[in-house]
Amino acid sequence: MILTVNGETYDARADETVRDLVATRTGRDLGPDGRPSDGGRLGIAVALDRAVLPRGRWATTLLAEGQQIDIVTAVQGG
Amino acid sequence: MTTTALAADTPLVIDGVTLGSRLVMGTGGATSLATLEKALVASGTELTTVAMRRHSAQGADSVFAILERQGIRALPNTAGCYTARDAVLTAELAREALETHWIKLEVIADEDTLLPDPVELFTATEELVARGFVVLAYTNDDPALARRLEDAGVAAVMPAGAPIGTGLGILNPHNIELIVTRAGVPVILDAGIGTASEAALAMELGCDAVLLASAVTRARDAVGMAQAMRLAVQAGRGARLAGRIPRRTLALASSPTQGMVTGSREEESL
Repeated sequence: MILTVNGETYDARADETVRDLVATRTGRDLGPDGRPSDGGRLGIAVALDRAVLPRGRWATTLLAEGQQIDIVTAVQGG
Repeated sequence: MTTTALAADTPLVIDGVTLGSRLVMGTGGATSLATLEKALVASGTELTTVAMRRHSAQGADSVFAILERQGIRALPNTAGCYTARDAVLTAELAREALETHWIKLEVIADEDTLLPDPVELFTATEELVARGFVVLAYTNDDPALARRLEDAGVAAVMPAGAPIGTGLGILNPHNIELIVTRAGVPVILDAGIGTASEAALAMELGCDAVLLASAVTRARDAVGMAQAMRLAVQAGRGARLAGRIPRRTLALASSPTQGMVTGSREEESL
């Protein structure tokens, strides 16, 4: 299943959710609410086809063919 | 004992949040996160801008981690957006990622000047205010546009002193003063500051706060400049509250003329 993640081609597993993807990318274990299991804040947002996907829906949103996923965070900026 | 105006000053409040410093720092331009963190601490800032970009595998530290560690409030920006549509998406992403509904709205016209596009800026302001954002609008030093943005519901107007990153200071102090005089929301001088005297001038003109990044992060000694800016903003605020003397075209002696031991001109003429 081929989709685009942060502008690059990504081959997702059949049962892979947005939560799985974000957890892998950030190296953090995430609960069903999309928040880090170890407490603290993640500082990440996800856009699915250029619309924000709230973290509460990451665990129940399956990756699908042709989707455009953007995972964004805060970086240095004026 | 009397209390000075500066000591009795009330803090800056935006959207009901009290900020203990009138210096807002940006994080752009720092050569290392370690230096950035030291500069942020030295500046005394309690509000710091960040940009929103695609996540990439990075080291253990991050700008977000620094702000969390230092307890500094994040002010996400929409830097790099040319259209209201892109700015709104970026603001929504920032709200989700950083869990703040504050946004420094920046909609630029072209990459050479990085000056705000007034039409897209205004459109984005209306849309973001309708979506419940607290909008701090980076704008031109245009008193008319500042009023329109205030009417549209911004929480603060942030006029540019000069184009971003130029260090040219405040190109039109008269316009900045006009904006301040007519504003009902906080005015934060944003962009163009190159050195401490310019930050002090912004405050002397009546701005409620100063936002700067490059002046500190690109200085030879970023931490030293951060401290200088902290003092400059305080000094400028103190001078504003104390009231500068009016400008005169001719001299006014500060020493008495009576009691001089040399003869006066009147005596000489007798």
